[in-house]
Order: sequence, then C-alpha cells, then structure tokens
Amino acid sequence: MDFKPKIVIFVCNWCSYAAADGAGMKRAKYPAGIKLIRVMCSGRVDPQFILQAFHQGADGVMIMGCHPGDCHYKEGNYKALRRAKLLQKILDQLGVEGDRFKLEWVSASEADRFIKVVNEMYENVQKLGPLDYKADTLFSSEVAETVEQGSETTPESVTETLDNNETEEIEQIL
Amino acid sequence: MDKPKAAFYWCASCGGCEESLVDLNEAVIKVLTAVDMVLMPVAMDFKYEDVRKLADKEITVSFINGAIRTSEQEELVKLLRKKSIYVIAYGACSHLGGVPGLANFYKKESILDRAYIESESTVNPEKKLPKMKTTVEGKELELPEFYDRVYALNQVIDVDYYIPGCPPVPDVVKNAIVALLKGALPPKGSILTPNKSLCKDCPRQESKPDKLSIKEFKRPYEIMDNGDCFLQQGVICLGISTRTGCESSCINANMPCRGCFGPTDNVMESGSKASSAISSIIDTNDEQEIDAIMDTIVDPAGLFYRYSLPASILGKNIKIKK
Ligand code: SF4
Ligand code: SF4
Ligand code: FES
Repeated sequence: MDFKPKIVIFVCNWCSYAAADGAGMKRAKYPAGIKLIRVMCSGRVDPQFILQAFHQGADGVMIMGCHPGDCHYKEGNYKALRRAKLLQKILDQLGVEGDRFKLEWVSASEADRFIKVVNEMYENVQKLGPLDYKADTLFSSEVAETVEQGSETTPESVTETLDNNETEEIEQIL
Repeated sequence: MDKPKAAFYWCASCGGCEESLVDLNEAVIKVLTAVDMVLMPVAMDFKYEDVRKLADKEITVSFINGAIRTSEQEELVKLLRKKSIYVIAYGACSHLGGVPGLANFYKKESILDRAYIESESTVNPEKKLPKMKTTVEGKELELPEFYDRVYALNQVIDVDYYIPGCPPVPDVVKNAIVALLKGALPPKGSILTPNKSLCKDCPRQESKPDKLSIKEFKRPYEIMDNGDCFLQQGVICLGISTRTGCESSCINANMPCRGCFGPTDNVMESGSKASSAISSIIDTNDEQEIDAIMDTIVDPAGLFYRYSLPASILGKNIKIKK
C-alpha cells in the first residue's frame, strides 16, 4: 500500500518511553511515520492535544502509559483511561474512526510489545486511509487585508461624532 | 455633527439576539437614537443596496448575530466588514457557531431531505427541493445557496470583538456599548466578558466540594434538586469550563450550564476540555465500570459542543456519514 500514515504517539516518560528506547537499543524497526512525543505521564495528555494532532495532519493518535497500578504518579493512567473512553465516543460522533485513536499500556521492559503495538496501529490506520483533515473557511485574503487596516482606526472616531452630553446620558441610563 | 452609524444584522439565528437588545429596557431607545442605524432587518426597512452605497468604513460598528450558512449571509457579512470600522460578533452563534452549528453533524442532503420530504407534516410527493434558480412564468427567481456546513463568523470575516451568550445578557451588552462610546475597548479579538469560569460566580459554588466523585450521571429531570452544585448531584454542568458573564442565568433557573458563553482565554476549545474535566471526576478505576458510567452520558458530542461545534478543533471540518 502506498499510503504512509502519520501517527502521533504520546509516550509517558517512565514506562513507554523507556520501552521505545529499549526497542531502539535492540535495533527493532517501526515505520518512520510514527512520531513520539514524550510527556511525563499519560495523565498529562489533554484531549485538546489529541484533537490538535488530528487537526494538524495526524492520521492516527495514540497514548501510551504505564500498566494500571504502575503509574509513577499513582493515578495518572486511570485518568488517561477515563478521558480516552469519553473522547473515543466523541471522536466517533465527529466522524473519526475508532482505530485512529488508541490507548495502550506498555511498561519499560516491554520493548517487543511496543513494536507490536505501534506496528498494529500503523497497519490499521493504513487500512483506513488518510484522515484528510482540512480546515474549511469562507475567509478570503482580500477581505482580511481591508480589515487589517480598518481595525487600526482608533476608537476615538466613535466618540468624536457624539457630543459629551449624549455619551454621558447614555452611560447613565445604561 | 453626524451621528455614528451602526448596523445590527442577523444570519442563521433565532431572533433571540434581537430580543436581547430589548432587554436593555428604555436605554435601547437612547442608544438607537444616538446612533444612525443603517441596517437592522428585524425592525427597520433598509435595503442591502443602501449599505452598498456607503463609503468603506462609514459604519462605526456592525453587530452581527447568527451563524453563517448561506451565500446571502456570507455576502452581507463581507459587505458589512468592508463598510465598518468595528465588527462585533454578537451572541453564541456568531461567536462559536451556536445551536444552528449542530447541523454540522448532518450532511446538507439529509437536512434538506428531512425538512422538505420526510418530515411528518410535509406533503411533497414530487420530492421538490429548493433550487438556486427557478423560472416562474418566464421570470427567473433566485434563492441563496445553502452551504455544506455552518460557519462561525470569524471563519468568514475578521472579527474585532465578541459578545458571547445565547442570548447575550444586558450587562455584557451595556458594558460593551459603554466601552465603545468611551473609546475604551480592550485589545482586538477580546471576548467582552471576564476571563474566568462560571463556577467562580455561581450561587451554588459553596456546595461544590474540592474533590468531586461521580458514580452515575443523571439528566436534570432525574434528580430532586436540593440546591447543591449540579455536579455534586451527578448532573453534568459545564460551568467548570465555561466563561462567566451570564449572571448564572441557567443556574438561577435551576438548570445546569450548557456552555453558551464559550471557553475562557487559555482554553483552545471548551468541548474536549469539558469532557476531560467530566471524565476526571468519575469515581472508579475499573474499565468496565467506567464504560457503564460513560454510557449514562447521552450524546456526548452534542452535549459538550452544544454551542461550539463549528468553532471546535475538529468541528471545523467534521467528517459526517449521515
Ligand atoms: S459545576 Fe455548575 S452548579 Fe457547580 S459550581 Fe460550577 S456552575 Fe455552579
Ligand atoms: S449558565 Fe451556561 S448555558 Fe446558561 S446562560 Fe450561563 S453560560 Fe449560558
Ligand atoms: S507515569 Fe506512566 S502513565 Fe503515569
């Protein structure tokens, strides 16, 4: 298949990043379209980050954290799990297929599992094809230009045309 | 001296924003006589041609309410932008897309089918749909184009200020008008309400515990409201992620907040932020239990993006199959 998906993976510093490191040490291979972003904990991943990743061109997004019970900050991965569950439902309603967003637990020693999980993700997204997200607006650059000048006009132009009494009177009533 | 010119235009809206001007009581008469209205379809008979004849920047301020869905709306807001020094997005629909923006969950074709063919009260055996051009008795009639989706105002033109709310409340409108008259406007792009969450001003704030924990979500009609914070009672309230300024209108009417004032400045979009906050207070770590609790949230995207779908990160180009 020609399509080379872009996949963003948020990896927690203490487990999954170490697993990725281990995979590197073993010289294991995974596709170049997979981009890792290291965060301190899977609980740090705000759903806004995930939407933003899709918005900026990711075809798939993944969060990886420590196994339940192993989070360095105790509860962070449970938080990630709860958020992911709700976000998954929302993404589905927004037309983003389930396979494009995944949460996985990968511990520091699981370099092989890391490789397996990312390759699976890659293949699934490859099957789905590009997300092809383009922000659609009716904004024309021509209008934007005229506007840039307009907004520099000082607010005085409003007060100039009203005499002081009038302004005060309105203010009082308001 | 000439009075400043102003316009008050509506796009895809319900008319509630016009109504909110009337909420200014007698002051509205003063305001309307102090300015020279050049366009206000709800109350005055001006033609688009009158606006076209004005010089560029001749209008001091245009208040535009409603979301953008048709070519007529696009044309008019672009015209007003050209003729105005300030454009103020007035109300939730123009600020974020609003309730009309929920139409982005459906394809244009299914909306037209529903409205003109399938709806129970419609008799249309020939399955006629509106067309942009129709010839009647040799004369050509035109209708505006109905776009594929709904846009917030700043997705169509540059916007100077935002007055949020569905509809805006009198105090916010008053403060905006006073700021405009005094020439004391904040930096361009500002939302003209305080930058903090509704919870901070909420009368039920006292009963909101430091740590919320919820085992089941209920809909407003399923509780016997005891006057405590809605979240504490298990009813989703979006006050946690919504900008204040509405004087807790819904809360005072014993209903939870649905987010019409939009997000605070440091939040990219309120929908996913709200979903994040709501997920965090679910009181279990067991996956199956989490699933069961999540199932008690009916229509999450429609809930969290009720007023902001077109302006949301992915809602800008939502991929809909329906
Ligand atoms: S969550 Fe709702 S009810 Fe509770 S304090 Fe915030 S705004 Fe008020
Ligand atoms: S309580 Fe929420 S939904 Fe109600 S008016 Fe205020 S911001 Fe809007
Ligand atoms: S530190 Fe790894 S998930 Fe929290």
